[in-house]
Amino acid sequence: MAEVLVYVDHVDGAVRKPTLELLTLARRIGEPVAVALGAGAADTAAVLGAHGAVKVLTHDASEYADYLVVPKVDALQAAVEAVSPAAVLVPSSAEGKEIAARLALRIGSGIITDAVDLEAGDTGPVATQSVFAASFTTKSRVSQGTPVITVKPNSAAVEAAPATPAVSELSVAFSAQATGTKVTGRTPRESTGRPELTEAAIVVSGGRGVNGSENFAIIEALADSLGAAVGASRAAVDAGWYPHTNQVGQTGKSVSPQLYIANGISGAIQHRAGMQTSKTIVAVNKDAEAPIFDLVDYGVVGDLFDVVPALTQEINTRKG
Amino acid sequence: MSLRIVVTVKYVPDATGDRHFADDLTVDRDDVDGLLSELDEYAVEQALQIAEAADDADVTVVTVGPEDAKDALRKALSMGADKAVHVEDDDLHGTDALGTSLVLAKAVEKAGYDLVISGMASTDGTMGVVPALLAERLGVPQVTLLSEVTVEGGIVKGRRDGDSATEQLEASLPAVVSVTDQSGEARYPSFKGIMAAKKKPVEAWDLSDLDLEAGQVGLEGSYTTVDSAAERPARTAGTIVKDEGEGGKQLAEFLASQKFI
Ligand SMILES: Cc1cc2nc3c(=O)[nH]c(=O)nc-3n(C[C@H](O)[C@H](O)[C@H](O)COP(=O)(O)OP(=O)(O)OC[C@H]3O[C@@H](n4cnc5c(N)ncnc54)[C@H](O)[C@@H]3O)c2cc1C
Ligand SMILES: Cc1cc2nc3c(=O)[nH]c(=O)nc-3n(C[C@H](O)[C@H](O)[C@H](O)COP(=O)(O)OP(=O)(O)OC[C@H]3O[C@@H](n4cnc5c(N)ncnc54)[C@H](O)[C@@H]3O)c2cc1C
Repeated sequence: MAEVLVYVDHVDGAVRKPTLELLTLARRIGEPVAVALGAGAADTAAVLGAHGAVKVLTHDASEYADYLVVPKVDALQAAVEAVSPAAVLVPSSAEGKEIAARLALRIGSGIITDAVDLEAGDTGPVATQSVFAASFTTKSRVSQGTPVITVKPNSAAVEAAPATPAVSELSVAFSAQATGTKVTGRTPRESTGRPELTEAAIVVSGGRGVNGSENFAIIEALADSLGAAVGASRAAVDAGWYPHTNQVGQTGKSVSPQLYIANGISGAIQHRAGMQTSKTIVAVNKDAEAPIFDLVDYGVVGDLFDVVPALTQEINTRKG
Repeated sequence: MSLRIVVTVKYVPDATGDRHFADDLTVDRDDVDGLLSELDEYAVEQALQIAEAADDADVTVVTVGPEDAKDALRKALSMGADKAVHVEDDDLHGTDALGTSLVLAKAVEKAGYDLVISGMASTDGTMGVVPALLAERLGVPQVTLLSEVTVEGGIVKGRRDGDSATEQLEASLPAVVSVTDQSGEARYPSFKGIMAAKKKPVEAWDLSDLDLEAGQVGLEGSYTTVDSAAERPARTAGTIVKDEGEGGKQLAEFLASQKFI
């Protein structure tokens, strides 16, 4: 059976959920071979095996942390040469897309970014994309070379598929470009204890209607009652009420949770671009004419300062 | 010595318009008004700031696009860029990301550059890959997705806010930079700027000017194929209730019925 390379997104050996989704999708096309790079790479093998990786290629070197993007491209290219895969799948993070693009160029292949689904086709994998702020669904293929495809988080349900992977060390020769861009400092993001925005099953967001950073406590309380991640509109971020890393939308994160709750958000096209593929959408807004109501499965026209705390209390009561 | 800055700017269909696909499954650019991709305004802004801080610098804006793409160039010129290059050729129709980066790399080389500045992503394709592809093609460092950028003494430094960390980056020129919408508000063109833009030079190049052939770009040279594009079915109208004291409870009821609580 054809092998499919899966680029592993991990932090010190802890594999992030989008990679497990990729392993699930990869099994539709062939046998997943995972590539894990950097500190803790070897520690990823157990969880990758539990999700169907038949091989795990690892490599650790200081270059991965000390220089931007290119060392990872060099390694992935080495893996492509070692394996001759039927496709290469990479998680659709900002960095993932850059790695994938440079790899595609080097190996004479095309690239598809931000796939939301993947299936085997007659001439290779067929990717579904959700484009123009999710108003269109396209099906595309890479028509030249080994398909390189980046896949958005939450595009597939993670399935366990126990395999005992052969773990081996990848041999990588870094290119002259590898040390071009130095990482001179790194401040890791502090954990809030809440789920990762792009990976969360439920996202609770606040917009301009939240009217102040101190009021975001109301949004956080609702999120915590549901075990959800907190999102924000650009208006709320630009006002300095919530960090940019939590922005949902075209220039923020794109999320695709089971449930999205928009509070005090009007539903501008750029915001919709980041949340329109959510399975169930709920909004609280005092303006009955707000465009967000065109998208919702359930909407409450009302003041969020009344509705959100009442909802939180009701959820906490029901949970006992 | 003069610092030569080239800014890549894309002409895109207005996101607030009714965007759709033409019969050949490329973007229908005739039906919706086009404009300079808003995210490229941030690239122009940073280029102008870097030029203003340098002793001697000039800013060239480059676009690859149809006739109307001149509008994007005019906007960038009216913001303050010095000159413009328009790469236009019928054979470019339907070019994918790899093809676009090929044309841009050739154009940037022909224009001459020390620093290329791009937006973080276009507002239509939104791939966010062209700057990395350009760096790969040009063989220079990529210093991308910066929310802060400075250039001094032939070194570009910047801050990149990633998913799990904020990184400080540094590279020697020549380099390709891309900037996010967190890099600083873009200026509005002044009346004087708009008038001055009319007199600024816009060069027109076609594929032969860049030593490229039709088969390397366009639908023919594309590495990807779109098989279908379907409008997403409108969401079925949801339930909307007015809060008369029970809104929170009603919403909880709905969430429970959907097994979220
Ligand atoms: C290039 C570009 C990129 C962009 N990227 C993004 C992006 O990534 N993400 C994003 O979100 N936006 C983005 N925007 C901005 C976007 O166009 C909107 O300006 C933004 O989404 C508006 O945020 P909002 O809905 O919170 O604010 P508004 O549009 O001001 O809406 C606030 C809403 O809150 C309601 N409200 C007020 N008070 C209350 C209350 N007490 N109770 C209940 N409801 C209340 C109001 O009725 C209103 O509907 C981008 C814009 C551009 C040009
Ligand atoms: C909905 C949609 C989906 C697409 N999906 C794919 C796909 O999966 N694979 C693929 O290969 N192609 C795809 N394309 C085509 C691709 O978007 C174009 O080829 C495009 O020119 C390059 O990608 P981008 O617009 O996403 O640019 P991005 O990589 O998002 O743009 C980043 C920056 O590059 C610069 N730039 C980009 N294009 C130009 C230009 N023409 N002139 C000047 N500067 C420019 C700008 O500075 C811009 O801010 C898609 C197009 C659309 C409309």
